[in-house]
Amino acid sequence: MHQTFDAALEINLLHANQEGADHNRAHFDEWGITCLNIMSSPGAGKTVLIERTLAALRDRLRIAVIEGDMTTELDADRLRQYGVPVFAINTGRSCHLDSRMVAGGIHRFSEEQDPTQFDLVIVENVGNLVCPAEFEVGEHAKVALLSVTEGEDKPLKYPVMFQEADCLLVTKMDLAPYLKIDLERIEANVRQMNPHCTILPISAQTGEGLEAWFDWVGTQRPGRSPAPATEAHSSVSAS
Amino acid sequence: MHETDMTKALILTVRDWWESQPEKRAIAKVHLTVGKFTCVEPASLQFAFEVQTRNTFLQAATLEIEEIPLVAFCHRCQQEYLPDIGIRYACPTCQSPMEDIRSGRELKIGRIEYGVE
Repeated sequence: MHQTFDAALEINLLHANQEGADHNRAHFDEWGITCLNIMSSPGAGKTVLIERTLAALRDRLRIAVIEGDMTTELDADRLRQYGVPVFAINTGRSCHLDSRMVAGGIHRFSEEQDPTQFDLVIVENVGNLVCPAEFEVGEHAKVALLSVTEGEDKPLKYPVMFQEADCLLVTKMDLAPYLKIDLERIEANVRQMNPHCTILPISAQTGEGLEAWFDWVGTQRPGRSPAPATEAHSSVSAS
Repeated sequence: MHETDMTKALILTVRDWWESQPEKRAIAKVHLTVGKFTCVEPASLQFAFEVQTRNTFLQAATLEIEEIPLVAFCHRCQQEYLPDIGIRYACPTCQSPMEDIRSGRELKIGRIEYGVE
């Protein structure tokens, strides 16, 4: 006789990734490091944003980069010129970073450097508006980039990314005069699903809006964690 | 691509459960709940499942996907509404932003059916 049985699992598919992300974040908290996850479609300007950020903030903050957006070491080499440690993750053909890949980067970071001496880790995700939104990597804040050349409707079409973002950078603003781009519509489309997001128009070419971005970075802090065994370490500060 | 990873997570989760069972019985069906406000496409997931379970303990299993609509709650109007994904997310009555998602973010293995001879 053939019987069928049922087992109720009720397990979230992303459970393992979430556990890994929480683990990564606990490390950052313990070290007093703020971690930002930078996401966008390919070519929106993640790498140049990070270049500008390193150039402006490296004297104030100790920064490391975990570089996921690469098939080569090209981006990582670009960023190493700023004299900060860059940990390139071999993502293969993966369309997003997950917490396990980033854990590999964190592991190398903690072996090669003293993480308690750092304030900020910037994770550059794989260029993709879909998948990275679903996979936390251990960040304290999510930063999404949307270039003006991508059009106003992107937030409506890729809602999960824009709903999750803590900060949205509207990039390539220097091109805005040549395009019939309606910045207010971009903002309104994002606000429909994410009323609390910080929205900053920027241009890495002209420098427009970058000070506001650096200020925002300075306001980000790691979370509270169980008292670390080592001495207390100051958190990110732009002062 | 994305669904390949999701399917991998699905298979590993089911395997963990299966290996914890005292008797290894054939799994007939895996019930998965997928919210419409996720980045997962059920058809791709179905395809990835078929491919990735070949010659594994799940080769006889089928994947049953239940899609869950995106439902938001407007606190101003004190009522639920169905945002029109890709078009509008704000409350159709008062235009308040979508802040309280009541369903649609699910990515969950609900239950597993397995047979006993």
